[in-house]
Amino acid sequence: MSDTYTITPEIEAFIEECKGKEFSKSYLIAVLHKIQAKYGFLPNNLMEEVAIRMEIPTSKVYGVATFYHMFTLVPEGKHIVNICLGTACYVKGAEQVLNSLKNSLKIDLNQTTEDGLFTLKATRCIGTCGLAPVVMVDEKVYSNVTPDDVPVIIAKYKNK
Amino acid sequence: MGKDIINNYLKIKETSHQRLKDAGYFDRIKIQVGSATCENASGAQDVYTEFEKMVKASGRSDILLHMTGCTGHCSSEPIVGVFIPGDIPVKYGHVTPQKAFEIFTSHVQGNGGPVVDMILDKKTDRLYNHEFVFCGQGTKCGDKSDKVAQAFKEKIKQLGMEETIKVASGVCFGVCNDMNNTSATACYVFPERVFYGNITEADLDEIIEQHIKNNTIVKRLVVKLDRVNNHFFEHYGDVEYFNHQLRLTLKNCGVIDPESIEEYIHFGGFEALANSLQNDSPQAIIDKIRISGLRGRGGGGYPTATKWANTRNAKGDRKFIICNADEGDPGAFMDRSMLEGDPFSVIEGMIIGGYSISSERGFIYIRAEYPLAIERLENAIKLARENGFLGENILGSGYSFDIELRLGAGAFVCGEETALIHSIEGMRGMPRPRPPYPSQKGLWGYPTMINNVETLANVPVILLNGPEWFASVGTEGSKGTKVFALAGKINQTGLVEVPMGTTLRDIIFKNGGGIKDGKKFKAVQTGGPSGGCLPESYLDTIVDYDSLNKAGSIMGSGGMIVLSEDDCMVDIAKFFLEFTQNESCGKCTPCREGTKRMLEILEKITAGLGTMEDLDKLERLGSVIRKASLCGLGQTAPNPVLSTLRHFRDEYETHVKDKKCPAGRCKKLLKYEIIAEKCVGCTACARRCPVQCISGSPKQVHVIDQSRCIKCGMCFEACKFDAVKFN
Ligand SMILES: Cc1cc2nc3c(=O)[nH]c(=O)nc-3n(C[C@H](O)[C@H](O)[C@H](O)COP(=O)(O)O)c2cc1C
Ligand code: SF4
Ligand code: SF4
Ligand code: SF4
Ligand code: FES
Repeated sequence: MSDTYTITPEIEAFIEECKGKEFSKSYLIAVLHKIQAKYGFLPNNLMEEVAIRMEIPTSKVYGVATFYHMFTLVPEGKHIVNICLGTACYVKGAEQVLNSLKNSLKIDLNQTTEDGLFTLKATRCIGTCGLAPVVMVDEKVYSNVTPDDVPVIIAKYKNK
Repeated sequence: MGKDIINNYLKIKETSHQRLKDAGYFDRIKIQVGSATCENASGAQDVYTEFEKMVKASGRSDILLHMTGCTGHCSSEPIVGVFIPGDIPVKYGHVTPQKAFEIFTSHVQGNGGPVVDMILDKKTDRLYNHEFVFCGQGTKCGDKSDKVAQAFKEKIKQLGMEETIKVASGVCFGVCNDMNNTSATACYVFPERVFYGNITEADLDEIIEQHIKNNTIVKRLVVKLDRVNNHFFEHYGDVEYFNHQLRLTLKNCGVIDPESIEEYIHFGGFEALANSLQNDSPQAIIDKIRISGLRGRGGGGYPTATKWANTRNAKGDRKFIICNADEGDPGAFMDRSMLEGDPFSVIEGMIIGGYSISSERGFIYIRAEYPLAIERLENAIKLARENGFLGENILGSGYSFDIELRLGAGAFVCGEETALIHSIEGMRGMPRPRPPYPSQKGLWGYPTMINNVETLANVPVILLNGPEWFASVGTEGSKGTKVFALAGKINQTGLVEVPMGTTLRDIIFKNGGGIKDGKKFKAVQTGGPSGGCLPESYLDTIVDYDSLNKAGSIMGSGGMIVLSEDDCMVDIAKFFLEFTQNESCGKCTPCREGTKRMLEILEKITAGLGTMEDLDKLERLGSVIRKASLCGLGQTAPNPVLSTLRHFRDEYETHVKDKKCPAGRCKKLLKYEIIAEKCVGCTACARRCPVQCISGSPKQVHVIDQSRCIKCGMCFEACKFDAVKFN
């Protein structure tokens, strides 16, 4: 199972590049970002692998991975539905949109749908507060979202 | 060394100019489409593609499709500007691909002129013979400018010329210091684009006689200044939203292509750097920053020159400079817009900062939530390197400096400087006690200077226009401008840059166009999770570091959330506390445990279980957390609660005593009911209710089982007959 997650040649090259630089251990977060970008989460075996390659204690790698909200340790759905719960979005009704998302996807925050298509997550501001409330699916930002828009947005990703 | 640096710069400038010229930048018709996270979310990319197709199909080679960052006018995005050489640009709002077609055929191809209906503000100076824009928001001109403008308006009215002459008030032109008459003001005139300075009421008749009636310019009054705002209208067109601002740090945002170093150089980019390297010692730059009075824009308001001097004087084999682009305050997006729209300004400010502390290496710590800003910064760093502004021996000065990007990973506390340093070092972003301050012991133990994005963007502005001039804008203790991010229940959401000293009222009602849907203003939240809420009676407070502090809030980084009568202040306080509680790194007990206890009390109150003692407890806990926490996060976490307790205590009391939430936001205090007389039994509510607690057969009155209702409000939304009510 764990061999499905490997250090790809690109990641390996990146680690090597970092190791050649001054203060090489400081690139741990950048390396973790690379792995998460590849697999959508941080597989256990890879964190151990990173620890060995970068000569950082495994406990420290875990410590960092668990400290930052953006890193996840479990696999996620194909599409990440991020609802912004920042201040601007909150006062513009993000909670109702969140409820609608929960109803549409039939999951709670930080859960993944059974078909593995969607993971519902919350974020704190993506900097488009002027268009609040916003929902981000993967990289695409939807602005001025109403609870009724939610099923329409979700449907767009169902067949992809 | 001689004059090489400037010459080297001028050479680069020349080749860069040639490249722009070859691309037809100066003589082609420009269609400007914004490209930024917000613009793209509004559909700007589709509009861009549409124009691309049309330009191609038209076969015209004299049209240039020009990408820029965003202008900060979020609520009207996507925005498209049409620049016909020689004309004042016209800006369109809410452009869709369909509307793009109309703009293209009518305006760009010249078949019918500007599409007036879609123009921002729905007006164009073309409708008037002349337009006079008076200085409107200067800290010095202020009232008296209004007086002169008013008198002028009167005269125009008496002469029956309102149809052809427009009198408006707009931006502070930033020439306050050059005015020798204390009752004088300044004004800009379209379409001649002349700038009159030193105007008093006594000059008005002459302007009317000569300028309006004889169509000749009153030479005596013309002032010529090559300041930022002299070209203001040529970039922004005549749009009230922009006219009411003094755009210094945002001057290039929405004007230049953020991926083109040529355009940045064309607008004076890297000139401040070249001048500094040529003429100034590091100490001389620090002295200039001191004269300018610049204070840190990241929230603390610490004097920038002092920080620079401290780092310069600190002992260390090497030194670092960090640009703090973590922008964690949810509801603030100044830095994002700046980095997406004009990344070079920040880089230039950073190189100058690096030079002044003799640092060879800088880091930009940026939150990973801003992918587009990261992309643009990476590109800008690369271009700066290729053009000799970064790297070894910059412009032949002998000074070497380079910048590296470091990404955050979603932790608010990493905006705090010591936590940020740990994060760059690749560790958990936990703060540590200060002193030693980073200026003494920072990254890997070396002296480190940390500045906010906006602080650094101010540096080239100050050096180009002169520190004394900069110090003439703003108030006694707060110089220059501040960018605010307007969000919440306000008509025009977006970014506005105004002189320090502008009142909250002006920002909210003049810049922001007032409260949405004609609702009543309730409060403005400044400073995000570290800040506070100010009520209506404080609307005339001016924004500067000291006044906002005194009022019980803070300037913060510039987030401004406007709240209306529909918002509950207890709920807002709870929201912020949930945020800080969640983001507390857990290192020290007062913050970790204290915020949890405060949150519990707020949850009690919003559930209708609070007591009056709880209010006192909140105050006591708050003051302990403030005093005993290790870092700024904990020290300021109670602020939203304490400020709402101070200014909106009655609202807390209503929750406690009457068990009611007047704004209807605190769910647990709500009760949904179906009015029997109005219910037609359409079953819509029952079908929508997520917990199926509404019963009733079709065409019969429906009833809600209160014990199972989760107060989600779905039934209220579902009912088309106004039969569901709450509270
Ligand atoms: C919890 C916390 C979060 C902060 N977040 C930011 C931030 O996102 N951006 C920023 O520039 N400063 C932030 N600051 C302030 C920085 O610690 C620091 O004072 C600032 O970056 C210094 O730059 P300046 O002097 O140019 O303002 C934060 C402070 C605290 C305590
Ligand atoms: S005040 Fe809060 S965020 Fe700051 S160090 Fe203490 S626990 Fe961490
Ligand atoms: S508020 Fe929600 S849970 Fe309660 S009755 Fe209405 S739909 Fe059902
Ligand atoms: S939706 Fe309104 S009218 Fe229809 S059954 Fe419910 S309460 Fe009655
Ligand atoms: S608060 Fe939602 S994007 Fe800023």
